[in-house]
Amino acid sequence: MAGHQTYEEQKALVFKGLMLLGAITIVEVFIALLAKGHMIHGVEFKHGFGHYLYMALMVAFSLYKAYFIVFYFMHMAYEVRGLVLSVLLPTTLLIWAIIAFFQEGGAWGARRELIKQKNEEVVQPATGGKPTGYLLPGTTYFKG
Amino acid sequence: MADTSVTHAHETHDEVNDAQLWEGGTPPMRASYGKLMMWYFLVSDAFTFAGFLIAYGALRFSMPTWPEPDFVFASFPFVKAHWPLVFVTVMTFILIFSSVTMVRAVQEGHRENSRGVVFWMFLTILGGASFLGCQAYEWTTLIAAENMTVSQNPFGRHIADGVYLNADGSEAKNDDGSAKTFKNGESYLLHKHEGKFDVPTLRYTSGPYAGQTAQAEFGPKAFGALFFFITGFHGFHVFSGVLFLTIIMLNAAGGLYASRKNGYEMVEKIGLYWHFVDLVWVFVFLVFYLL
Repeated sequence: MAGHQTYEEQKALVFKGLMLLGAITIVEVFIALLAKGHMIHGVEFKHGFGHYLYMALMVAFSLYKAYFIVFYFMHMAYEVRGLVLSVLLPTTLLIWAIIAFFQEGGAWGARRELIKQKNEEVVQPATGGKPTGYLLPGTTYFKG
Repeated sequence: MADTSVTHAHETHDEVNDAQLWEGGTPPMRASYGKLMMWYFLVSDAFTFAGFLIAYGALRFSMPTWPEPDFVFASFPFVKAHWPLVFVTVMTFILIFSSVTMVRAVQEGHRENSRGVVFWMFLTILGGASFLGCQAYEWTTLIAAENMTVSQNPFGRHIADGVYLNADGSEAKNDDGSAKTFKNGESYLLHKHEGKFDVPTLRYTSGPYAGQTAQAEFGPKAFGALFFFITGFHGFHVFSGVLFLTIIMLNAAGGLYASRKNGYEMVEKIGLYWHFVDLVWVFVFLVFYLL
């Protein structure tokens, strides 16, 4: 709780929060539009390193906004350690959820692609006219 | 139990050490029961939203193509232009403003200033209602004008370079006489014509299907379901937040919380919820619109 701050300091924090969140949002949208090729003609980051850098920046900015909202708007910065940890530690489970489910999603896509390939595969008909397969020659079998 | 340790626990913040905590009488989290339970409710709600957003990621990763947000979310009220992401940025700003006014309401509550609480909460409610109005516009455009539903997504992307064909199989031409071509990864929207989707025929000129004729396909249909469920679930949080804010504002105006003499703690609790709604929007904005 903001028991440590004067009223003037509290109001200053609100103004700072508004400026910070607004500025980060504008920067985020600008970078997203730049990466998608809407800002400068011929400049886009849709593949390779530039694309990964753009995605990492988006995630980093969003995490910072989340940190600011939780710690200053929701006063988490002024709560006792036990409360902070009991709220924040469980959310680290999400790190594994993200890794596991994104990998799972990638596997679904790979499997679907494989099935599509197999469906489109042209199977060559067997040559020679007679069915061959894995049968051994007729003489091999015991004829009683 | 001393009454000061419950209602104004934060003021004794620095004076209580661990040994004294074990003596009892001081809540270990130094927060009231209601506030603590609001935090834990928000933790559980965060997991619900995380589950939805992770499902979005998993399904997106499983598809060879996915609609581009800057193509899908480009309409703006009263303007017939392609303005990618501008409208959702406006929505984001509305939520940021309403979060800021909520902080002010909580601060005035700590000062036991009833008029301030009601004034800033009223602005917060206006922000929440404006956000809902924007979302109604966004949904209406997608459903009524662009024909997206939970089970149908007309926003697709080409998987290779190619050219559009006329009904007789000849190459379609633009108005200036050049061939009507498309590039790999280019977005398109299938339009409805007299109640039926107008699905263009095309021929690929690159990639594994080069030379083959095909029909343009619908985009991954999970996109529509995910969009309406996730933004709908968030919108429902905003809606219920507006309802609770209204009830609490009326109670504050009626002097109920002043008589409790606990620094308008109810305003603080609904404030936590309201900031959480803004927090979730940060990630909905990231996942649906920025990436």
